[in-house]
Amino acid sequence: MLKLEARPQLSRFWSYGSPILALLITVLIGMALFAALGKDPVKGLLVFFWEPIRSGYALGELMVKATPLLIIALGLAVCFRSNVWNIGAEGQFVIGAIAAGYVALLADKSTGPWIVAAIIAAGVLGGMAWAAVVALLRDRFNANEILVSLMLVYVATLVLGYVVAGPLKDPMGFNFPQSKTFDAVTQIPRLMKGSRVSIGLLIALGGVAALWIFLFRTRAGFAQQVGGLAPAAARYAGFSARRAVWIALLTSGGAAGLAGALEVAGPIGQLTPYVPAGYGFAAIIVAFVGRLHPVGMVFSAILMSMFYIGGELAQSRLGLPKSLTGVFQGLLLFTLLACDTLIAYRVRRKAAPKPAPLSPASPASSAPSGTASLQVSTPLTAQPVAHATEGAL
Amino acid sequence: MDGYALLLGSMLSAGTVLAIASLGLLINEKAGIVNLGAEGLMLCAAIAGFAVTVQTGSSWLGFAGGMVTGAFLAAVFGVLVIWLNTNQYATGLALSLFGVGFSAFAGINYVQAKLPESVQYKLPFLGDLPLVGPALFRHHPIVYFAVALTFALIWFLYRTRSGLVLRSVGESPESAHALGYPVRRIRFLAVLAGGALCGLAGAYLSVVYTGLWVENMVAGKGWIALALTTFATWRPARVLLGAYLFGGVTMLGFHLQSVGVDIPSQFLNMMPYLATIVVLALISRNPAFIRINMPASIGKPFYPGS
Repeated sequence: MLKLEARPQLSRFWSYGSPILALLITVLIGMALFAALGKDPVKGLLVFFWEPIRSGYALGELMVKATPLLIIALGLAVCFRSNVWNIGAEGQFVIGAIAAGYVALLADKSTGPWIVAAIIAAGVLGGMAWAAVVALLRDRFNANEILVSLMLVYVATLVLGYVVAGPLKDPMGFNFPQSKTFDAVTQIPRLMKGSRVSIGLLIALGGVAALWIFLFRTRAGFAQQVGGLAPAAARYAGFSARRAVWIALLTSGGAAGLAGALEVAGPIGQLTPYVPAGYGFAAIIVAFVGRLHPVGMVFSAILMSMFYIGGELAQSRLGLPKSLTGVFQGLLLFTLLACDTLIAYRVRRKAAPKPAPLSPASPASSAPSGTASLQVSTPLTAQPVAHATEGAL
Repeated sequence: MDGYALLLGSMLSAGTVLAIASLGLLINEKAGIVNLGAEGLMLCAAIAGFAVTVQTGSSWLGFAGGMVTGAFLAAVFGVLVIWLNTNQYATGLALSLFGVGFSAFAGINYVQAKLPESVQYKLPFLGDLPLVGPALFRHHPIVYFAVALTFALIWFLYRTRSGLVLRSVGESPESAHALGYPVRRIRFLAVLAGGALCGLAGAYLSVVYTGLWVENMVAGKGWIALALTTFATWRPARVLLGAYLFGGVTMLGFHLQSVGVDIPSQFLNMMPYLATIVVLALISRNPAFIRINMPASIGKPFYPGS
C-alpha cells in the first residue's frame, strides 16, 4: 500500500520535473489512444512532435500559433499568481478582436501604417474593458470571478455572432456572417518573407522580459504575489487586495485582447464567427505547465502550439478529428496536476497494513500549507490553496 | 392561453437539466468538494448517452450510459482532489477542458445521427386536462424524477444519519475524522453521486431535450448549475426553483423570438448568461447571507495527519 507523506519543504526538483513527467504520461496515453484507433502510434507521435519542427516554414507556423498562446498566458500568470481565477481569457480575446476589427474596417486606401498601432491599442482596450466587468463585480459585489469571467465568454461569442451578422457584415459578402476582408495596410507587419511570423512574436518575447522584471524585480510585482500566497501577510504589509484584483484582471484582459487584435489583423484578416479558436482556454494550460514562470511559459506555449498543429495534421494525414488537440491538452493538465502532488508530498510504502497512528503534532488537514515559499513558482498547485476566492461558489 | 401552457411546460423541461446537475453538485458541495468539471462531465455524458441510445435504441440505457460516464469521470476527479490532494479548482477546470475536447472527438460520427422515435409521455387522466395537462402532466419521466430527487435529497440531508454525516464532512472534516468517520471515502462517494447526476443531466439534454448531438452543446449549463448552488444557498428546494427560473429565462428568449420581437437572436441567447452574472452579483453582495448556509470547508482539501 502506498501512501503520501508531506515533505518538510516543497521539492524544487519536482517543481521542474513534474511538467516533464506529465508530458511523458500524456504521450504514453496518446500512443495508446492511437493504437486503440488502429493507427500507428509512432506515426501519430511524429505528426505531433516532429512534423511541426521539420522545416523552416513549419517552425514559422509553430511560432504563429505559439504567439497568441504565450501572450495570453503571460497575462494569466499575473492573475493566477495573485490567486485571481480569470478563466474567461477567451472572451477577452474575442472582444479584443472585435474592437481591433472595428478599427481595421475604418481603414481605406489613404490610411497610413499608423493604423496598426491603433488596431493593437483597440484590442488591448477591448480586452481590458471586458475583464474590467469581472473586476468590478468581484470588487464591488464580491461575485465569484470564475463564474463571471466564464459566463462572459459565452456573451462575447454571441456579441461576435451579432456584429458579423449585423453592423459589421460585409454588404458584398453574399450574406455570409463575416466582415469584409481588412485592407492590406492593416496587416500586422511580418518579420520576414515566406513566413507568417509577425511582430507579434517580438511583442510576446518583450512581454516575457517585462513579466520577469515585474514579478521578480519590482515591489508592485512582489505585492501582487504576496496577496496570492498569503493574504493575511499582504494585509499586514498594507498591500491592497482590491488593487491586486484590478491589476491582475486588467493585465490579463489587456494581454488577451492584444492577442485577439494580433490574430484578427494577422493570420485571419477579417472578423468571422471562427475567430475564437480556444486559445484563451489553452493558455490556461500553458500558464500552468509553464509553472507561471515567464520563461517556462515560452516552452509550454510552443508545446501547446505543437498540439494544435499536430491536431490539424492528424486530421489531414491520419483522418482523425481535429478535436484530438483538445483531448491531449486536457490530458496534459490532468496529468500535470497529479504529478504536482510530488512537489508537496513524497510517496512512501506503508510499513504495516495496520492503520497509521494519528500524530498529535500535525493537525488533521496537514499539508505543508505554512511553507508558502516565493521561490517555487506554483502557488496554485504546489500547496493546497485554502479557499481560492473570497466570493462564494 | 395554450401558448403559455406550452411555455410553462418547456420551462420545466429546460429547468430539469439544470436541476438534476445542480442537485448533484449540491451533494458534492455539502461534502466540501467543488467540482468545476461539471461542464466537461456533462458533455461527455451527453455524447455517451446519445451514442448508447442510438446504438441500442433504448433511451433508458442511454441514461445509464450517461450516468456511468459521469461517475467514472467524477471518480478520476475525486481520486485527484481527495487522495492526491490537488487543487479542486484547477482539477475541475482540467476536467472541463478535457471534456470539451474529448466529447467533440468521441462524437464526431454522431453529429448527424438520428435517435429512435421518441415516445410521447402522458399521465392518464391528468394529461388530458386543459391547460394544466400540457403544462404539467405530459413530460418525460425524468422531469418528475428531478422533483422526486429534490424531496429525496431534503429527506436524506436533513432527516437521516448518513445525511448528517455527509454534512459534517463538509462542515468540519477534522471533527468528522476525529469521530472516526472515513472522511475521504465519504467525500469520494459524494463526488461519485454528484458525477452520476451530472451525467444523467447531460444524457437527458442530448437524448430527450434536444434530441441531437452537437459539439459543445451543453453551452455553459454546467457552469450555470454550479452558480445555482450558490444562488440557492445550498438548499435543495431552492435549487429546484432556481433551475426552473433559469429554464424559464432560456425559454423566454425562444418565446420572444417566436412571437416576432425585433431583437437580434444573439441578444436573446445571452439572457441566461447575463442573468447568471446579475443574480450572482446581487446574491454575493452580502457575504454574511451566503456564509450562513455555505458548507464551511467547501473547496478545502483534507488530508489526515501522516
